[in-house]
Amino acid sequence: MELETQLRNFILENYLFTDDQSALNNSDSFLDKGIIDSTGILELIFFIEEKFNVKVEDEEMVPENLDSVDNVVKYVKSKS
Amino acid sequence: MEKITPQRLLIEGLFLSARKSPDKIAIVAEGESYTYAQLRDSVVRLANGMIKDGFKRGDRCVIYMDNTWPCVVSIYATQLAGGVFVVVNPQTKKDKLEYILNDCSTTILITDAHLHTVFSEVIGNVKSLKSVISSGDMKNIDTDSIKGFEDVIKSSDTKMPVISNLAIDLAALIYTSGSTGDPKGVMHTHLSMGFALNSLIEYLRLSDQDRILLVLPLAFDYGLYQLLMSVQLTATLVLERSFTYPAQIFKRIVDEKVTVFPAVPTIFSMMLSMHARNPLSFPSITRVTNTAASLPPEYIASLNEIFPNALIFKMYGLTECKRVCYLEPEKLNEKPSSVGKAIPGTEVFILDDNGNQVSPGQTGMLYVRGPHVMLGYWGQESLSDDVLVDGLLPGEKILCTKDWFKIDEDGDLYFQGRSDDIIKTRGEKVSPIEVENVIHGIKGVKETAVIGVEDEMFGQAIKCFVVLDPDSDTTLMDIKKICTNKLENFMVPKYFEIVTELEKTNTGKISKKGMS
Repeated sequence: MELETQLRNFILENYLFTDDQSALNNSDSFLDKGIIDSTGILELIFFIEEKFNVKVEDEEMVPENLDSVDNVVKYVKSKS
Repeated sequence: MEKITPQRLLIEGLFLSARKSPDKIAIVAEGESYTYAQLRDSVVRLANGMIKDGFKRGDRCVIYMDNTWPCVVSIYATQLAGGVFVVVNPQTKKDKLEYILNDCSTTILITDAHLHTVFSEVIGNVKSLKSVISSGDMKNIDTDSIKGFEDVIKSSDTKMPVISNLAIDLAALIYTSGSTGDPKGVMHTHLSMGFALNSLIEYLRLSDQDRILLVLPLAFDYGLYQLLMSVQLTATLVLERSFTYPAQIFKRIVDEKVTVFPAVPTIFSMMLSMHARNPLSFPSITRVTNTAASLPPEYIASLNEIFPNALIFKMYGLTECKRVCYLEPEKLNEKPSSVGKAIPGTEVFILDDNGNQVSPGQTGMLYVRGPHVMLGYWGQESLSDDVLVDGLLPGEKILCTKDWFKIDEDGDLYFQGRSDDIIKTRGEKVSPIEVENVIHGIKGVKETAVIGVEDEMFGQAIKCFVVLDPDSDTTLMDIKKICTNKLENFMVPKYFEIVTELEKTNTGKISKKGMS
């Protein structure tokens, strides 16, 4: 499965509890939409590390890398 | 000789600070700096804009926003316009927002454009509303009915409005989860809040040299008081929307030379797990505070590594009186499970069922006496009477915390548990009934019971038992989805269990005893 699809499905299933693809735009800010908060972010990081074989360094835990599907996809691609 | 006027209102703290140090940085909001003069000028303009919209002394203004500069300006502008500010957590969903707006019959709503999908569906149902002001990108907003925050500031008068409020007037309503399921507005006056903030400043040993980090929501009194204390002291507040992206926060601590770090166990727990991966160290921080849920004693050694120069304050409180007690940081190793003694200028009693003070080591109900106690719950006289009971003097009220406590020979306090079934999770109080009401409303759900279970990260985690109708095709996924649509994130149960029946008492009520 493509990176973007896997990530979208993870967010939809674990944070929005739906399989309705229209519930999430790739540019939606996780913070603005209330999708992920401070207790959800570590789960997202563990998912990225495990599925995409990327080590997320502490200093990389910033919105530019993690705050939307687009941002995560760009970030993961830049790391691999 | 200059005439000395005593400070009576919270807002006067801002004007004193702006007069004393107009060019000092008051707020750093997501990296953007604002001086005390800028804060005062924006507050004056927004207050004039609100008054022009028909806002009057005693009116309520709901501020439904993230931790942002416009949110700070709105909190003080409401006071300057003579009103009562009501900060509502931006995670709040439609039904609850509508409930709060109507419960306090708000005159003005100040919000942010990114929340428009929530508030735009609600504002038509609030008859008391005279005006809606929104910060942020207005491109999806109907500008005929909603004003831009910046436009209001730019087009408003710079003349200082006359404040006629007294110290005994309401300054804020702070909504908190209630045992009946509906949130209650805790009424605080300028007097109670001004007293509390000075007591906190005293025991936390804060000064105008401090740079306080705020990652907790301003809708939460623990967050709000960081702002109030900072402005009162002419200190600097480093404001962040949340702790979600820790690297951003850590960088800010270093860049802004933060000295005070207020947090809750959930945040400390995250930091501890990051510290274990890659050691963290923040030498600029000299005070760390914890409240909302108890700080596990085993965290303390790691916290001393992360904050090598900090005093660690363990505290306990409730919105109804802001803060009850704190442990002197010097006693932390000696009494790691105590929350210390009453905050300066207040006292506490532990009473047994007959109203007699218990002796050290005995468990009883904790009562609080002092000027920091709330006036009551907005529009809820009988709920107020339930917790505000007759005090020592004629007409005086003291606060029953509904929490069980013990006291030791030195007068230090130990939390023993709650006397009602309110759940404390992630530093927030959650009424099981509020969650049960939402789940009960889902098609296919026959019965439900919500309880708190012990959880290392959350203090308590919410667990929900559900009995489905026999012919229902509702899935757990459907239930979770509706929960996220209707409840703030911290109220969404972490665990769900589908069961075939729930145990009942002989009066037919669901019995939660023995559930886990």
